[in-house]
Amino acid sequence: MNNAKGTVFKYGDNVDTDVIIPARYLNSSDPAELAAHCMEDIDKSFISQVKKGDIIVAEKNFGCGSSREHAPIAIKAAGVSCVIAETFARIFYRNAINIGLPIIECPEAAKGIEAGDEVEVNFDTGIITNLTKGTTFKGQAFPEFMQKIIASEGLINYINREK
Amino acid sequence: MVNHMGMTMTQKILAQAAGLEKVEAGQLIEADLDLVLGNDITSPVAIKEMEKFTVQGVFDKDKIALVPDHFVPNKDIKSAEHCKCVREFARKNEITNYFEVGEMGIEHALLPEKGLTVAGDVIIGADSHTCTYGALGAFSTGVGSTDMAAGMATGKAWFKVPAAIRFQLVGKPAKYVSGKDVILHIIGMIGVDGALYKSMEFTGEGIQNLSMDDRFTIANMAIEAGGKNGIFPVDAQAEQYIKEHSDRPYRIYEADPDAVYDAEYTIDLGKLRPTVAFPHLPENTHTIDEIRTMDEIRVDQVVIGSCTNGRLEDLRTAAEILKDQHVAKGMRCIIIPATQAIYMQAMEEGLLKIFIQAGAVVSTPTCGPCLGGYMGILAEGERCVSTTNRNFVGRMGHVTSEIYLASPAVAAASAIAGVITAP
Repeated sequence: MNNAKGTVFKYGDNVDTDVIIPARYLNSSDPAELAAHCMEDIDKSFISQVKKGDIIVAEKNFGCGSSREHAPIAIKAAGVSCVIAETFARIFYRNAINIGLPIIECPEAAKGIEAGDEVEVNFDTGIITNLTKGTTFKGQAFPEFMQKIIASEGLINYINREK
Repeated sequence: MVNHMGMTMTQKILAQAAGLEKVEAGQLIEADLDLVLGNDITSPVAIKEMEKFTVQGVFDKDKIALVPDHFVPNKDIKSAEHCKCVREFARKNEITNYFEVGEMGIEHALLPEKGLTVAGDVIIGADSHTCTYGALGAFSTGVGSTDMAAGMATGKAWFKVPAAIRFQLVGKPAKYVSGKDVILHIIGMIGVDGALYKSMEFTGEGIQNLSMDDRFTIANMAIEAGGKNGIFPVDAQAEQYIKEHSDRPYRIYEADPDAVYDAEYTIDLGKLRPTVAFPHLPENTHTIDEIRTMDEIRVDQVVIGSCTNGRLEDLRTAAEILKDQHVAKGMRCIIIPATQAIYMQAMEEGLLKIFIQAGAVVSTPTCGPCLGGYMGILAEGERCVSTTNRNFVGRMGHVTSEIYLASPAVAAASAIAGVITAP
């Protein structure tokens, strides 16, 4: 897997799927259309400022609420290369792995990274480097089974390969 | 040591579905599925994903349920296209359990009513409130569209075996204290991530004092504490419900006496009070006694319905309070029976007449307002008391609007008073 490198957008606890992609836009499932409204109800300026490769860092229970896969799809289609959080809500966690949006649980990084910091993530080692502050953190490694899904770029490809 | 640890109820169901004698928390397993569920928002994404499979078709046309319920009757052209996509997929794959407008209901009220969910089942649904069926002693959990696609194609899903928290329920709830108050109390106590990745197992003699509708409400909101599933033991009342609604064989599992729990709580149902979750998290709970010491909280709209509280008992409670009363001036009170059968029964019992005479509107089954889809969107700064399950920022409309989660009793009483109150 490649590394991720970008500028950080920082959020707090319990960023829910309704603020990631409000249900008023769920009459579409087009990634580009969803991306255009990504984070709209928590950060109106997100979509005008986010650049390809940027990173979201949040605190506890990121992605809580609905099972809508539209949430990780919107984040990925907005160009975000990785989401780092203290913890993820479980359905969001599954969905992100299943669609190939890189995510890492790392409480220390969630605390030690601020909005606007330049951050690099090495997915092979789980090392997160805050280039702005010169600090490093070690993220939680995925179990081998999930690494295979991620390496296959999603669950469907993984199942196709296994059959 | 590890080999001698007992299993929780959830772990026993998962072990059986994975063909294993024993599982333990943290173990990754692949389990056979008894039912795969999707709605009009999540299914189109899953259907598109299914095109990527090298092997086409579904694993079992009888074990898939497709329930357009979120934006139906179609709220706009795009929603109509989504529903059309689901309808055509169901037709092409001869899906037995596709429910068109006129037969449908809100999925988590509909499927138990149709007998599609029974004790011992392993169920995934591309809807977070799929955890509802734990009320019947099934393992059921919400997933996303890709998991749904994989489930529809292969009949299997991977799970990390969850650890559990046990809630020992004792005593008997007072009148107008319902399952909603029980689960809001618990979420207030442990927080919106208090059961993250875990099972919430409800046990204890107090369960016999909770109706099936109460239990559905409690299991339904396990996800609001971050739980993977909520589950109840199968007692005589649950067995009776299953037998009345289903011909399918069911399997009863019980937790081992030496099952290990990460935490245990005892809750005296007799001490619970009507409870309301304030904006913008289900954990921001206050009892009605606390609310009575605060400044009055004026309300613009009341919604009674949803997969959480749109069942017959909920409507009966609301009708008992609204009978010969009228909603406050300027109040919009929207009541949504969760299924066609509930709607019909409410009509036969005269509940709908009571609602209409009280100045409420009654809608066909839909998830509509709960997720800010349609049928009751809030304007800037407006406030709603709702029997639904989430009060996140912007959930029901404008980003500055506010949702207070409550029971049908509190919602109905608040509709009459125009401020948050209990009967």
